[in-house]
Amino acid sequence: MSFIEIRDISKSYGDLTVIQRLSMTVEEHQVVCLIGPSGSGKSTLLRCINGLEPIDSGEILVHGERITGPGVDVNSLRRDIGIVFQGYNLFPHMTVLDNVTLAPIRVLKQRRDEAEGRAMALLERFGLAQKAREYPDRMSGGQQQRVAIVRALAMDPMVLLLDEITSALDPELVSEVLGIVRELAHDGMTMLLATHEMGFANEVASKVCFLCDGAVYEEGPPAQIFGDPQRERTRAFLRSIREAKRI
Amino acid sequence: MSDTRQQAQPGSATLTAKRRLSIGGMPSVPLGLLLSALAGVIIAILSGGVTIRALREALLANGHDGGWLTAGTALLALAAIAVLLPLVNAFRRCRAVRTAARRGDVVAARIARAEAGTYSWIALGYTLAQLIVVLVVQFLLANNQTVAKTFFFVPLIVKTFPLVLDAFWINVKIFVISEIFVLIWGLVVALAMFAPGPAGKPLRLLATAYVDVFRSIPAVLVIYLVGFGLPLTGVPILKDFSSTTYVVIALTLTVGAYVAEIYRAGIQSIHWSQTAAARSLGLSHMQTLRYVVLPQGIRQIIPPLLNAFIALQKDTALVNVVGVIDSFNQSMVIAANYYNLSAATTVALLFIVISVPQTRFVERMAKRDRARMRAGGA
Repeated sequence: MSFIEIRDISKSYGDLTVIQRLSMTVEEHQVVCLIGPSGSGKSTLLRCINGLEPIDSGEILVHGERITGPGVDVNSLRRDIGIVFQGYNLFPHMTVLDNVTLAPIRVLKQRRDEAEGRAMALLERFGLAQKAREYPDRMSGGQQQRVAIVRALAMDPMVLLLDEITSALDPELVSEVLGIVRELAHDGMTMLLATHEMGFANEVASKVCFLCDGAVYEEGPPAQIFGDPQRERTRAFLRSIREAKRI
Repeated sequence: MSDTRQQAQPGSATLTAKRRLSIGGMPSVPLGLLLSALAGVIIAILSGGVTIRALREALLANGHDGGWLTAGTALLALAAIAVLLPLVNAFRRCRAVRTAARRGDVVAARIARAEAGTYSWIALGYTLAQLIVVLVVQFLLANNQTVAKTFFFVPLIVKTFPLVLDAFWINVKIFVISEIFVLIWGLVVALAMFAPGPAGKPLRLLATAYVDVFRSIPAVLVIYLVGFGLPLTGVPILKDFSSTTYVVIALTLTVGAYVAEIYRAGIQSIHWSQTAAARSLGLSHMQTLRYVVLPQGIRQIIPPLLNAFIALQKDTALVNVVGVIDSFNQSMVIAANYYNLSAATTVALLFIVISVPQTRFVERMAKRDRARMRAGGA
């Protein structure tokens, strides 16, 4: 039994079909990278797994339990499935510490001092302890994104979904964020990440899925996808990435 | 050197060689503008002189006399001829234009001409303002100063001030209590407008209908209907309130509809990604509103909220339709007794005194927010 099993899901907004009969699996402690052109459904897939977008058909199972369809308590589902967004989405009216402790206190009902202790330990670990009392708009994009990751980790999730978390960053800030992801991968965190950083995907991924037109077009270990892609559109995609010197 | 460059880039070289900037030759004096300014200033000074004399005579006739009158007249006269200053400057700059032109100094002539134009326009601007002031003063002096006495009869204002001020506390009481209720009621309605899912639909429709209805009805009509209607209904408890309470209910209903709309706009102004982030952490719909959306929305709505409150404060003057003795009603009683409206002027002054600081405060807040937006903040 796979950790996450996505069976034949579809999702459309009106006439626009974003995900079309997509199936894939994620094993525990795996890092699965989703690559593919814009509009191929990477972000929507992550939002569906987190329950932010309802799916039209198919089903998603976590530990063999169905997490889609009516009657699922999405609020408690989301405690265990963390997501980090491209635009950080920190709460601008709260300090870093309050951003991180809001959900543990309000959702997990932790005591404030307990939540703050855990939050400080996480911030410390990722070199953000001295920023705990700052407001997000006083920090760089890279710092904000690291806080967003810490905010998701504070819920102690079983799996972390990362939605193009470095796309909004200035190039020199990308590595500090990827450093955290690398560390989490090393610790065995199960992660599913949509990314344009092919070099990074090649380095950390246990499996790479190339998405195209809302379905998994080709998947395999990074060495195979990046070194010896089997299908034509994967090759074309990687060729254009190489021409832009982004790999 | 230049030859080789021309050969290297024949296209651009020939272009620059043939074309010249055409931004005019040696500038001349802006005569038309200058003469208009001169004419305007003469009219302003003459009319100002006539008006000051009339004002002084009126005050003398009313038994005001002494050093302060002379001093005041002198000050006003000085103010009236102050428009000469920019005009003199304009003429000086014109002379500078001519000397520069004689020297052949195009740049200096241009600068002097621009300054002459600016000073002429300044003279014209002050002339216009002075003429408007003259018109207002002439209106007050019209018909043997009856106008001034009708609205600004100082002895009556002084004599009735305590009475009007006492009644004004009724206005203050009504708007302070109404504002508290409006804050709560408006939020309740706004939250009903965001009731989630199919189950929330009837609530959403009801809230929207309420807002539509009460934004359409004039406040004075609601006050009238509630103030006279509820006692007539004979419904227990509801029929026994004081007039002031009915007025508070009516104003809360009316202004609450506006404020609900303001809250709604504030909530909607928060980007959906904030809601997505909060929900993705497991917060419920209400928790998301309470901890993430509302605290940010409130910040955005304080200026429009204060504007609604200023409007509400002024609307308290409508309560006389149900017979509450507020400051305006009191001033009308005084007006009837003395055949003079000066007490109503007192009411106007009291409203100005409480409104203007709030208006300025709102403007400063809006300005600060704009500055922060430009700075790229939250």
